[in-house]
Amino acid sequence: MNAQASLIFKLVALAVLACVPLSGESFYVELISKMLVMAIFAMSLDLLVGFTGLVSFGHAAYFGIAAYAAALLSPKYDAGNLWLLLPGAVGLSALAAFVIGLFVLRTKGIYFIMVTLAFAQMAYFVFHDTPVGGGSDGIYLNVKPSAAIGGWEPFDLGNGTHQYYFILALMVLVYLLLRRVLQSPFGRVLVGIKSNEHRMQSMGYLTYRYKLGAFTLAGALGGVAGFLYAVLFGFVTPELLSWHESGNVLLMVILGGMGNLVGAVVGAFAFEGMRGVFESWTEHWQLLMGGVIVALVLFLPGGLSSLPGRIRRALQGGEAK
Amino acid sequence: MSAAKTNEVLLEARKLTRRFGGLVANQDISVTVARGVIHVLLGPNGAGKSTCINMLSGDLPPSEGTITFMGRDITGLSAAQRSRVGIGRSYQRTNIFPQFTVLENVRLAAQSRNQQPWRIFSKAMEQKWALDKAHACIEEAGLGKRADWVSGVLSHGEQRQLEIAMVLATDAQVLLLDEPLAGMGSDESAKMVELLKKLRATRGILLVEHDMDAVFAVADVITVMVNGQMLESGPPAQIRASVAVQQAYLGTEESFHV
Repeated sequence: MNAQASLIFKLVALAVLACVPLSGESFYVELISKMLVMAIFAMSLDLLVGFTGLVSFGHAAYFGIAAYAAALLSPKYDAGNLWLLLPGAVGLSALAAFVIGLFVLRTKGIYFIMVTLAFAQMAYFVFHDTPVGGGSDGIYLNVKPSAAIGGWEPFDLGNGTHQYYFILALMVLVYLLLRRVLQSPFGRVLVGIKSNEHRMQSMGYLTYRYKLGAFTLAGALGGVAGFLYAVLFGFVTPELLSWHESGNVLLMVILGGMGNLVGAVVGAFAFEGMRGVFESWTEHWQLLMGGVIVALVLFLPGGLSSLPGRIRRALQGGEAK
Repeated sequence: MSAAKTNEVLLEARKLTRRFGGLVANQDISVTVARGVIHVLLGPNGAGKSTCINMLSGDLPPSEGTITFMGRDITGLSAAQRSRVGIGRSYQRTNIFPQFTVLENVRLAAQSRNQQPWRIFSKAMEQKWALDKAHACIEEAGLGKRADWVSGVLSHGEQRQLEIAMVLATDAQVLLLDEPLAGMGSDESAKMVELLKKLRATRGILLVEHDMDAVFAVADVITVMVNGQMLESGPPAQIRASVAVQQAYLGTEESFHV
């Protein structure tokens, strides 16, 4: 996709997304809200997998920690302050990612995958088997946080439409933030590490620190998604931290095409969309999903975001004959 | 760099030994690299040249011995830390960022001198000093016409030039070059030899090389290694006349047409 076509695609997609609440169908508003949350989650993982070359198989931990923080830090029968809860939850996810990153980033390749999984499982069992988070049943976030600043309330998260636009705005913000970061000297180093870490070291880059920065940032943004998830559905369970979720978000990134932020968004939408359709057909939806993913990896290894380029090349090839 | 005097010793390795289990890959190797001097490590395959250069660049810790850079002990420093003090290295097998343009390869090298990792909202392409530096080094390495090419599609010789440009962009005072001429055609080789002579003026160069013509064309000092040990070290004329060196190379006479 050339730059212009890509920009047009993004603007059209944004316009369509902005129109969703006009339908008045609360089912679709909630469904797309969830897709937007997952899109944030997938973009945060793509920073690691697609741009830094770190295949984390435990990214659900940071999603879940912020989701639990949203529920646990909120007053039980009263609305918490959004402007304190959101940074607090995201900060906790970032802190967890920083501390875990200190350890896991000492490993490489398959070991990195296994160690990130192991830490995520530890986090899962903290919430599953200790009284801190209500055990396997999870806990409710009874009252959605209030966006009031002083006496003024710019929007109300209890209103589905307001909530939708808040999530959409955050997704756009996360996209713009990551795009900007990737253009910065810091971001260029991450892409260099993915391409050839050894060479980066021999040019004087202390790559461990850069990877730790990326891991922390990805954890924080995964936390943004987890926080929004808790607000959207009003309850959290340990399953949010389970390895299934870590696998799902990895599949979203692969589906959309690694190393492409729009691809991560498209992957999240495609994954959640297919899940919805398959679930309505059969309870064995995962079987169908697995088939689709195998087919996609085989026939479209660059993911959905590589589709426009492929089509264009095919058309140009046809013209040349 | 006007104050830089030639023959100032930059890098000095004393009695480096490296063991891999029971195998002694390097034993008591002592080499110095001085400004204005091209020091060539010579030896048959398996002589331990790469082990030696790996110890100097920090890719491999020595089992024994010390390395100093401008008087400072750097034996314990990692490869990244050594790059920061002023030791640059190129690799025997081309080691670049093949998906990136030539400019981005060298720009990353230049950026390494002033990393500013916390500036995550500034644009890398707006850091003029790094871009200027990259362009200058690309020019110096003779790749001016290729700056916007994706480096993976360059010819082998051009990729070797790119490696030199990347080392230059890190302001390295000492260049450790592992077979920069390997696999090059004679035209490309000749160009590279000229480049090395030009770079020698302000820097110190340690070269591992097989191409005898090139070695004797550029070397100021030659150290011959055999079986992980130093056989002889001195100016080219001394090496040429050495009976020990000739004996060591008897089996591969045809490649040693002096």
